[in-house]
Amino acid sequence: MTNRISGALRSPITFSVLAGVLIGALFLLGTGADPIAAYEAVLTGSLGADGIGSTLTTLTSVLGMALALAIPLRAGLINLGGDGQMVLGGITAAVTGLYSPLPAPLTVVLALLAGMAAGAAYATLAALCENHLGVPLLVSSLLLSYPAVSLASYLARYPLKEPGSSLPQTRAMPDGVALPSFGDSTVTLGLVLVVLAAAAYGFTDRRTAFGYEIRMTGLNARFSAYAGVERRGLTLKLMSVSGAIAGLVGAIGVLSFPYRFVDGSLTAPGYTWTGLTAALLATAAPLGTVIASFFFAVLAVGGLAMERTTEVPRELTQVLQAIVIVFLAARLTFPRLPRRKAEVKAKEAV
Amino acid sequence: MFLDSDLLMSALRALTPILLAALGGAVCERAGVFNIGLEGMMLMGCFTAVATSWFTGSPWLGVLAAALAAAAYSLILAVGTVTLRGDAVVLGIAMNLLAVGLTSFLLRTVFGVQGTFDDPSLLGLPLIGGLSPLAYLSWAAVAVASVMLSRHVWGLRLRGVGEAPDAAATLGVSPAKYKYAAVLVSGVLCGLAGAQLALGNVTLFTENMTAGRGWIAVVAVMLGRALPLGVLLAALLFGLAEAAGFRLQGLGLPQQATDAAPYVVTLGALFLTTARRRRTRPSTGAAV
Repeated sequence: MTNRISGALRSPITFSVLAGVLIGALFLLGTGADPIAAYEAVLTGSLGADGIGSTLTTLTSVLGMALALAIPLRAGLINLGGDGQMVLGGITAAVTGLYSPLPAPLTVVLALLAGMAAGAAYATLAALCENHLGVPLLVSSLLLSYPAVSLASYLARYPLKEPGSSLPQTRAMPDGVALPSFGDSTVTLGLVLVVLAAAAYGFTDRRTAFGYEIRMTGLNARFSAYAGVERRGLTLKLMSVSGAIAGLVGAIGVLSFPYRFVDGSLTAPGYTWTGLTAALLATAAPLGTVIASFFFAVLAVGGLAMERTTEVPRELTQVLQAIVIVFLAARLTFPRLPRRKAEVKAKEAV
Repeated sequence: MFLDSDLLMSALRALTPILLAALGGAVCERAGVFNIGLEGMMLMGCFTAVATSWFTGSPWLGVLAAALAAAAYSLILAVGTVTLRGDAVVLGIAMNLLAVGLTSFLLRTVFGVQGTFDDPSLLGLPLIGGLSPLAYLSWAAVAVASVMLSRHVWGLRLRGVGEAPDAAATLGVSPAKYKYAAVLVSGVLCGLAGAQLALGNVTLFTENMTAGRGWIAVVAVMLGRALPLGVLLAALLFGLAEAAGFRLQGLGLPQQATDAAPYVVTLGALFLTTARRRRTRPSTGAAV
């Protein structure tokens, strides 16, 4: 037990988090605030009775995007197109919700599935770019994200715009086309869906051959290639799952308050980047991703409370997130660099 | 007339920040450091340029401070990848995130505003022939980088370090030193790119005002195969796409379509060049 505790304390993750908190405290001192009071405000504001609902709502999106990025990351693939996949999922779910002739409960299911399909299709496109056109996934997924966000923005502002409204938003979903929420909070069934997705990822990772293939590719891409893992197929599968989850997050966003697609409301809070940060912090491990997502959801919501009580800008929490990853990145080695070196060596040997 | 001197001028304005940042990226690439933190370094440059110009009243000091601040910021990448041997991709992403958070935080604490700082007494760079001096500097930088990388001992050693670090070390060239230098050069160039964006193209600071230009610069490095002239052509392509987008917006096309244009054009160009490279690969052997 003591061994495990000292091991955890010496792990780079703990070190990075502590370093982030310490540097954050220095920033707070620099702005003339009391760090202890500020951190206390973060915790009470996010975990107290007033904030916990908000934290769980934020967790739904952050954990969803973290999973979307963690699943390919487990195999060393970085999907930077989360924004585009999420927004396409959202707008597709909105269109389905508005125009589906089915009864409301079926429409909700259909909208979720349509959102996932749209996200998956778009993410697959990025995978095809890497597989068949030789554009690195990192770049293709990111560049594809911009036109998708622009397209959704166009649709929400022109063809699908709510008549008479001055806001760039679609009409509200019809009655009953919404995810059920818990009590009178903003937490919806979406949280359950995302947690189920996390559980499914955990099970796949631990207990299935596919999960083993993914982990092996992440740990040693050359070894797994020798062992018969087909990289292109794996990229395609992982990206479609990743995009489906990102699309799901978009669909959940539309089927929860304010029950419509509002231009920018999915991308502005930066769930994709927070999710990526959480996935990186956890090195894409399933349980770790859940814990890291919760940590960042607490930071995001608590940041608002800190801003109210201590007048320290909430952007500080974004700084904290990034500092944690900067410290961690210096100790991390994902397979892409060694692989490149290995390729060079292989070439030299020939 | 669609293709006229106005379009060319606005293309040249749009091109300058991309070109400066992409040159920095190319130097890093040649030294064997994959730098995707260009976006963040540029953003740090933007904020420092605006803050310094506002406090000192001199846009030139703003440019200088931007170059120094971005160079200091780039040390994170140098220390992280060269000394600590961390993952360059993760570090680059973290640096981009950190820059967004840090500049927004500083905007709030230093200027007490959220979103945009736009003050009539903020001085921008003077224009010479319709372009900022940094535009001319960026063209000169292409020439200098081109000569350095292909002719000068320093550039040849830098390339050696990037291509075969062990061999370079055996010859007494310290790979770490050259990699640090390359990263610092990219920092300076990204700082200038940021200054151009915030004091040249416009005179204000907005949260996340680089808006993906650093990523476009990363792509420009790939498109231009890390050659200064190639990078210039790639950045020109982006500049033309952005300028043409603005023009089409004037003709009634929705803003969303023109916003997306540069990314689509860049992606298209990337497809074409990699596809061509792939077709020619079997005949030319192992080149690239």
